[in-house]
Amino acid sequence: MHPNKKRLRRSMMFLNCQKPALIKDPYIYQPDSIMLDLEDAVAENQKDAARYSLFHALKEIDYRGVERVVRINGLDTPHWKEDIRVCVAGGADTIRIAKTESAADVRTVEEHVLAAEREFGRPEGSTLLMAALESCKGVLNALEICQSSDRLIGIALSGGDYTKDLQTTITGTGVELMGARQHMIMAARAAGVQCWDTVFTNLDDMEGFERETKMIKLMGFDGKSLVNPRQIAVVHRIFTPSEKEILFAEKVVREIDDKKAKGIGVFTVDGKMIDVAFYDGAKRTLAMAKAAGVYKGVC
Amino acid sequence: MEIKKTAMAGTLESSDAQVTVEPGEGGIELLIESSVMYQYGRRIRTVALETLNRLGVTNARVTIFDKGALDCTIKARVECAVYRSNEITEQLPWGGVIR
Repeated sequence: MHPNKKRLRRSMMFLNCQKPALIKDPYIYQPDSIMLDLEDAVAENQKDAARYSLFHALKEIDYRGVERVVRINGLDTPHWKEDIRVCVAGGADTIRIAKTESAADVRTVEEHVLAAEREFGRPEGSTLLMAALESCKGVLNALEICQSSDRLIGIALSGGDYTKDLQTTITGTGVELMGARQHMIMAARAAGVQCWDTVFTNLDDMEGFERETKMIKLMGFDGKSLVNPRQIAVVHRIFTPSEKEILFAEKVVREIDDKKAKGIGVFTVDGKMIDVAFYDGAKRTLAMAKAAGVYKGVC
Repeated sequence: MEIKKTAMAGTLESSDAQVTVEPGEGGIELLIESSVMYQYGRRIRTVALETLNRLGVTNARVTIFDKGALDCTIKARVECAVYRSNEITEQLPWGGVIR
């Protein structure tokens, strides 16, 4: 497996490749990933200009460990093939496939990525993929998309286009996205890949943003697509385990290991009944805390 | 590469540069206006001339309005303008003369 397939991706911040001011130093905000956009943010007559900017940014700017994801144009456009060539030639870490509707879409992109890796002398398999689901068909095919490629790190909901296809609108309550969110996270978990929530575009409603982020964390998402640096700290706070959670998880792991050796299956930790079913969750909490740099323990 | 027609790339926004290429009248004529001319004018000229040289452009009038662009942006805008003047948008030589 690619060493970065499961890396921490709480925050994925969109940046318009058409704008040099946006792509020159976004690492200062310390998102886990940046999403350099060649798609919707770039005007149709500037698609070529965005690619030159992207290529040189990837080659010359040190993004200091921040994952460099590039959102390419959809397979229904004349742009995606050259988008893939420039992404691979520039050494992008991950390509986000817009408007993914089936496993075949992912495999089509995968074929072209492999050809580009050969053309530009990049290691085969080094470019990861993620799929944006933006339609009812895409959401309904989430499981086959998640299982389509070893390169696929996960799926992301694109709420704007999805609600348009659903013939409704974003209300801020989340009710219109509930089915897609639940379905996508189940598909991602079943396939062992990651899952990210859609953007929250009302920058004046930070309370609403925080509420939504807490909700999607509880639903099981790995993180969220973002449109503004102000949103990063909120997501990181919510998605990073607290000291109390870390201490409890550490105790659970230690106690389960200890009790297992003594032949005890169920017991209490801090007054809570614990059995082996809690083990993976506690391990996940500690892994996330380690990846976020707030835990250096040995569990 | 020949400059077949006038073409432009970039904007006048901060951190960007607007580059125009036109068919030349023998050699390279390079005009630069920059908000940081005294500090970086020479550097912008060097980057632009190196980029034109890599692309094999030997006969052009090139105008750059710089708004504090990084080297990578100057290169990107010059390359884009040159390829636009030839109407080439696909199968570009990434990592070749574009580097």
